[in-house]
Amino acid sequence: MTTAPAPLPGIAPRTIGRTTLRWAGIMGLLAFLVAPMVPLFIWSISFRWFYPDILPSEYSARAWEQVISPTNNVIGATGQTTLIALLCTVLSVLLGVPAGRALGLHNFKGKRIVEVLILAPIIVPGLAVVLGIDTMFIRYGLSGNILGVTLVHLVPTLPYMTLVMSGVYANYDVDYELQARSLGAGRWATQRYVTLPAVFPGVVVGALFTFLISWSQYVLTLLIGDGQVETLPILLFNFARSEPAIAGALSVVFILPGILVLLLSSKYLSGDSAAVGGIGNI
Amino acid sequence: MNRFRLSERGAERLSISVLLAPAVAVIVLLFLGGLASGFLRSLNYFPLIGLNDFNFDAYFAIFTDNGFLQSLVLTFHIAFTSTLIASILAVASALLLRPAFRGKRIVHFFFSLNLTIPHLVGAIGVLYLFQNSGLVSRIMTGLDIIQRPADFPAMVFDPWAIGIIIQYVWKEIPFIGVIVLAILLSVGEDYESVARSLGANRWQAFRQVTLPLIMPGVVSASVIVFAFTFGAFEIPYLLGRTFPAALPVLAYQSYTDVDLAARPQAMAMAMVIAFISTLLIMAYMKLSRVYIRE
Repeated sequence: MTTAPAPLPGIAPRTIGRTTLRWAGIMGLLAFLVAPMVPLFIWSISFRWFYPDILPSEYSARAWEQVISPTNNVIGATGQTTLIALLCTVLSVLLGVPAGRALGLHNFKGKRIVEVLILAPIIVPGLAVVLGIDTMFIRYGLSGNILGVTLVHLVPTLPYMTLVMSGVYANYDVDYELQARSLGAGRWATQRYVTLPAVFPGVVVGALFTFLISWSQYVLTLLIGDGQVETLPILLFNFARSEPAIAGALSVVFILPGILVLLLSSKYLSGDSAAVGGIGNI
Repeated sequence: MNRFRLSERGAERLSISVLLAPAVAVIVLLFLGGLASGFLRSLNYFPLIGLNDFNFDAYFAIFTDNGFLQSLVLTFHIAFTSTLIASILAVASALLLRPAFRGKRIVHFFFSLNLTIPHLVGAIGVLYLFQNSGLVSRIMTGLDIIQRPADFPAMVFDPWAIGIIIQYVWKEIPFIGVIVLAILLSVGEDYESVARSLGANRWQAFRQVTLPLIMPGVVSASVIVFAFTFGAFEIPYLLGRTFPAALPVLAYQSYTDVDLAARPQAMAMAMVIAFISTLLIMAYMKLSRVYIRE
């Protein structure tokens, strides 16, 4: 129940002023948040856009044709980015869901240490770790191939998935499982018909964001991929300085999965859920 | 019945380690392994090329190097300024978006849109907005405020890292804002209403009631933002100067230097970044504990 202080006579015009002010603020905020996307989109459909023209003098689909054409390997890079992100998501789910269950449901000796270990890769910047990993990976033949890049992407994604699942399981009542077991359900049936439906939304949201974290990695791929693994962010960076039209079109392709994920998951995404905590990594 | 539950619990206790082991093993191997490998090489230990002695030469070299110290200062400036501005604007945004209004859902959607837009895309957008011949410069020329690109103040590749800070603020306002907004919505406006009805003005109600409620969220989100902005690579690599470069960029430059002697120094810089982040993790854990106890 929200009880506002009783309005006093003479306060009405000020209230209208406040509403207008609020909307001006909201519009200003949204304009700032959308602004960097504007030139990217305009560049992607421009043909001639010379200084000081505010809008291009000619438009064309040239950049989009370049994106589709095989010469720039955008389609190949998109496929490779997707493959790596999918592999990484599957591994993170397989390892992260059980670990999240242990952390969310149980107290045990050394839990604090495990928590620090899970939190650390989310906070320690990728660059600080990847230089050392590169040295190890070169020795074991994991540099310059998809397997190595997928493994190094686990450094930010696995802890993220584990944290999300630990939050999901912390809100889950394990007594349902005990009831199912005492009513005669086997281990597998319990997991399948009791646990899975309860935690499934959390797994899906976690997996979607895990996919995005891998999808948007740049420096980990740059160093471990060693020029051999070409993903979208690598291509995008290469075009950013020299070919603004292509970079604009690539940016649009690059942000689409994120917008889709947000549309799918906005229902579940409130700031108190662990899902937001790891998004600093995207 | 009782026996069944007991054995069930015993099995669970045993299985905790089974549940945790794979994930922990991977993180230990990759994360701690990567850090350990980097640490050994920062000490000049690299048996593969015949270096078998430990020494602190790399650390001595970087901490006496003026370029490194300038990078360190620049990186702190970027992280501190970005985090401060983003936190303040995020709190203001959350307050702005809190009350019920028409179109709230769509506004909230656009507010959270940036959460999933990669930093790299934002950085390229900022580049095309604020470079000398960028969109903002064109609009100012159109309005006769400036005459040529050279008149436009340097906002990318500039000594104050303005473009980098704009990019971080742009990206992190929604990140901190969504967390603060969630707290505001779950707490409701009752406490403030009480404070107001007891005679507090708007500022006092905010300062004494709302701010203490949202502070835990702001602080923990800010620690994550500070750590990220301190260690991120691609944004300063794209928008920053090459000298002095942000610390992660300098480390990368040293690592890819043709002179192999620079590699231990690159590793030493990576260790400095990791060390500062470790301090931040400890701060984060301590803060979250303090707030939970409250």
